[in-house]
Amino acid sequence: MVDDALLTVRDVHYAVGARPIFAGLSLSAQRGKTTAIMGPSGTGKTTLLRLLTGQIHPESGEISVFGADPTKLQRKPLYQLRQRMGMLFQNGALLTDLNVFENVAFPLREHSKLSEGEITERVLGKLQAVGLREAALLMPAELSGGMARRVALARAIATEPELLIYDEPFVGLDPISMGVILRLIKEINSRGGVTSLIVSHDVEELAKIADYTYLLSGGKVVAEGTPAQMSRSTDATVRQFIDGLADGPVPFHYTETGK
Amino acid sequence: MRPNRALEIGTGLFILLGFVALVFLTTQLPSSGLRIREAGVYRLSATFDNIGDLKQGAPVSMSGVNVGRVTRITYDSRQYKAVVDVSVDSGYDKIPDDSDASIQTQGLLGGKYIALTPGGSETYFKDGGRIGFTQSAIVLESLINKLFASIADKGKDAAGDAEPAKEGAK
Amino acid sequence: MIAALQKIGAISVFFGRILAGIVPALARPRLIVHQVYNAGARSLIIIMLSGLFVGMVLGLQGFDLLQRIGSEEVLGIGIALALLKELGPVMTALLFAGRAGTALASEIGLMRATDQLTAMEMMAVDPVHRIVVPRFLGGVIAVPLLVAIFNVIGLYGAQLIAVQQMGIDAGSFWGQTQSAVELDDVTEGVIKSFVFGVACSLIAVYEGFHSAPTAAGVGLATTRTVVTSSVLILLLNYLLTAFYL
Repeated sequence: MVDDALLTVRDVHYAVGARPIFAGLSLSAQRGKTTAIMGPSGTGKTTLLRLLTGQIHPESGEISVFGADPTKLQRKPLYQLRQRMGMLFQNGALLTDLNVFENVAFPLREHSKLSEGEITERVLGKLQAVGLREAALLMPAELSGGMARRVALARAIATEPELLIYDEPFVGLDPISMGVILRLIKEINSRGGVTSLIVSHDVEELAKIADYTYLLSGGKVVAEGTPAQMSRSTDATVRQFIDGLADGPVPFHYTETGK
Repeated sequence: MRPNRALEIGTGLFILLGFVALVFLTTQLPSSGLRIREAGVYRLSATFDNIGDLKQGAPVSMSGVNVGRVTRITYDSRQYKAVVDVSVDSGYDKIPDDSDASIQTQGLLGGKYIALTPGGSETYFKDGGRIGFTQSAIVLESLINKLFASIADKGKDAAGDAEPAKEGAK
Repeated sequence: MIAALQKIGAISVFFGRILAGIVPALARPRLIVHQVYNAGARSLIIIMLSGLFVGMVLGLQGFDLLQRIGSEEVLGIGIALALLKELGPVMTALLFAGRAGTALASEIGLMRATDQLTAMEMMAVDPVHRIVVPRFLGGVIAVPLLVAIFNVIGLYGAQLIAVQQMGIDAGSFWGQTQSAVELDDVTEGVIKSFVFGVACSLIAVYEGFHSAPTAAGVGLATTRTVVTSSVLILLLNYLLTAFYL
């Protein structure tokens, strides 16, 4: 594999109190590819995203996004860095006091120099892409879970970011909404130029869209490879995760100092 | 932003109401505040030897009925007297121009007010008029002083004390 | 004890962040107008009703007290001073903490719980600037105006009782009041109400912003807002009164 990493994490350690979340985590995401990070619940997938976006700081190790370390940046350059990213939150995280149109327009109004006409055109275009152009004037409270996530996706791509981060994009969706989201992510990726990082535990869905996957467990990467390689793997942890077995290296019982 | 006229009007109304209240409190309530010159009143002035603790805003009454109030108190350094301006409601425009103004006390220790006692004249006070006959405030301390002085003069006979004391206060 | 110190420190730091955000926030007056409406206009009815009843009860009690010592004519002065200097600012601030403060805390807490604040951070928008500062300013603008309205309605309520029910002459009621109230008394009340407005709004946005991102966390934040603001208002009121007298 040619190393053209847009994002790298090298030997990161992070703990909440006495409980280690990451103990020497290393991974990378190649430019223009879709990288999936899988793992059982509670392995710190969301924590990883917070580290990548500079919201929390690791105890040791290096993180690099667009060639800069977000955990070492001052507020202003960090914000400039974040403007090159788009993020889809697990529950959408739409701003409840703004309607759908204004939610998608929000990052544009805050940062771009676009005129009102250009903003309207861009926002309606993105809403069209997620099939919700007609819902532009609804308030977030009037949307179903699947619609809210599509609006959030439209918002994440409104600024046409170079890096898109998805936090559990498939959780809690009905099969139809799931299919729609999956198709949308595929479309976005196929347009090229966008690097995607998907954090999820839906093995099947990830297999359809990921170029490369990492399996996290116990604060480390326990396996990595293309989805095809992963599904052929004989590693006990990989098999337990992919086949959904209750017994295996990942313990059933919660322990105080990690898993 | 969603334009929301009702919200903006509501806010405007609230701010307006608040400021009107604030302006009322700062200008209309305190004695030192600006006072808009009231309509429907006419002004009179009177000079007193001693006004006691008569204050601006004190009521002016006739036979116990409130007819106006004290608007300004100044000191005339040529006459060595206090000049009191009062405003009287124009509804009470038949006050004889030889009426007498005296400074009285409300209750035992209450505030001072001006009582007008009508005279017998056929002509009435007009705006800017002067009340010629005035009676100063009775100052409790000097009254007591006189009382003790007369007790000392007259020995143990306390029955006749009230008369000289009252005269001394005038 | 250390926890209390830590909290005071944290609130002060947060206050600093808010102050630093005021100038940029002024470029978005619409956001502030919206919050003045939320904090002020929506509290108007409760403030006016409370003001009326407080004024009326002062009229009744004051008259009863003053009648015993035969000085009914100072009723207006007593009520005006009580309202301007103490009851107006304190009662309004307490009502504001209960009405608007809790609404602010739960609104911001809910934004925290539903990742809206994090989403803003991710879109490179500082939620302190976008969410907290306009709400804080809305409260700071609204409270002194609410206090003034409370006072005027309270005085009117007291006058209603004194004149209609107790037979005190209206002219004498106002005349006496005007003769004794100084501009300083009014100023003291205005300064108090401004300080309370800052305190109430700060506590509400702080508790909301730092609430745990759960339903229970939001509930806790609103409770803390009421408790902390109420105690703080009474404490500040004592300090300010001691300073002025």
